[in-house]
Amino acid sequence: MTKRIRITVNGAAREVDVPAYRTLLDCLRYDLGLTGSKEGCGVGVCGACTVLLDGKMVSSCIALAVFADGREVTTVEGLARDERLHPVQQAFMDYGGFQCGICTPGQVVAAKALLDTIENPTEAEIREWMLGNLCRCTGYYKIVESIQAAARAVEP
Amino acid sequence: MNAFDYRAPRSLDEALALLREHGDDARVIAGGTALVTMMRQRLVLPGCLVSLRDVQGLGGIEAVNHGIRLGALTTHREVEVSPVVKERFAVLADTFHRVATVRIRHMATVGGALAHADPNQDTPVTLLALDAKVEIRRAGSARELPLSAFFRDYLETALEPGELVTAVSVPPLPARSGAAYVKFLPRSADDYATVAVAAIVTLEPGGRHCREARIALGSVAPTPLRAQAAEALLPGVQLDERLLRAVGETAKGEVNPLTDHRGSAKYKREMTAVMVARALTQAWEAARRVS
Repeated sequence: MTKRIRITVNGAAREVDVPAYRTLLDCLRYDLGLTGSKEGCGVGVCGACTVLLDGKMVSSCIALAVFADGREVTTVEGLARDERLHPVQQAFMDYGGFQCGICTPGQVVAAKALLDTIENPTEAEIREWMLGNLCRCTGYYKIVESIQAAARAVEP
Repeated sequence: MNAFDYRAPRSLDEALALLREHGDDARVIAGGTALVTMMRQRLVLPGCLVSLRDVQGLGGIEAVNHGIRLGALTTHREVEVSPVVKERFAVLADTFHRVATVRIRHMATVGGALAHADPNQDTPVTLLALDAKVEIRRAGSARELPLSAFFRDYLETALEPGELVTAVSVPPLPARSGAAYVKFLPRSADDYATVAVAAIVTLEPGGRHCREARIALGSVAPTPLRAQAAEALLPGVQLDERLLRAVGETAKGEVNPLTDHRGSAKYKREMTAVMVARALTQAWEAARRVS
């Protein structure tokens, strides 16, 4: 069964015909060509597929694409504005918040969601919020430092 | 995933009509965190998914007298951060907060967690200790069940084809009550528990003797359960080490755990005694603070 869905992806209105069983992740990657979001575990545990659905971070690998009908999706591709990286992205580069990089899009989107929710998070709040974004290179110290730096950068 | 028919009704009546029409072949989907995962693993192959996402009026948290009522579509995150839940049932806000990760809590719903009936989940354990009631609807009728009569077996509930959970309500706790949810997590913070315990202690006036205690357990049987024999040891007594050991030992005899990668059945049984004692101690201290 194919459904036509209308979603706003990174600010742009899109219309896509998807089979009902299409995950949001596959829709983003294969129907819309947005390959920033990754499939890691495929069961909502690792965080590589983290996107924002109406501003709230979710696991796109266990969300059906039809769930996003009429809603706004933000992926890592939508964070930079006018050729300028989002402060979280800049901080991950400045502070070495990644090693192999496969988990990074999910880490960055989750970190952005954190700073949207808690303005100036403590280290404990950062660690708790990010505990579902796994880095198998285990570069967690640098990720936490990057988010702390980003929090300072987005402060008014 | 298998191909399936996807329906997104806009009203509860429309959803119930679809469920009646499709019977056993239909599955209700809310947040989808459990169901989509099982469908991806081909453990569940529904012919039709009836999505509740566009149904109005099934979400929200209401203060009812001194209790609360949680609409089935309320997300875990909404319960966790709700001021009225924190004020009236801090243990419930804490339990919802302990589920998996923020991502999952943004998706998973109150009603979905009950209907899924996985004994490893957190929220049914605390709701069971709180004597929660489940509101159930089918086309043309409604019924209410105590949560203690809702869970039947592993992933099985009292829901019949055509029925769905619309809300869960939590009655107020008596005065001089304290509660705690203890989750034993030997692996990672977002994991299912190896043993989970929700305990509620109500003290007699004076704050020394127990009037009533409730102990609910998760991850140690095919369903979450109340440790009734252990609870029966508590009315009229004072808390001490010997009592805690006796209650823990009794609770061990009420569980029926499975061996899995979170621990052997024997280990889970032993840890039940330990966690029951810890939860009871915390709940007792909380009750003392308000007595």
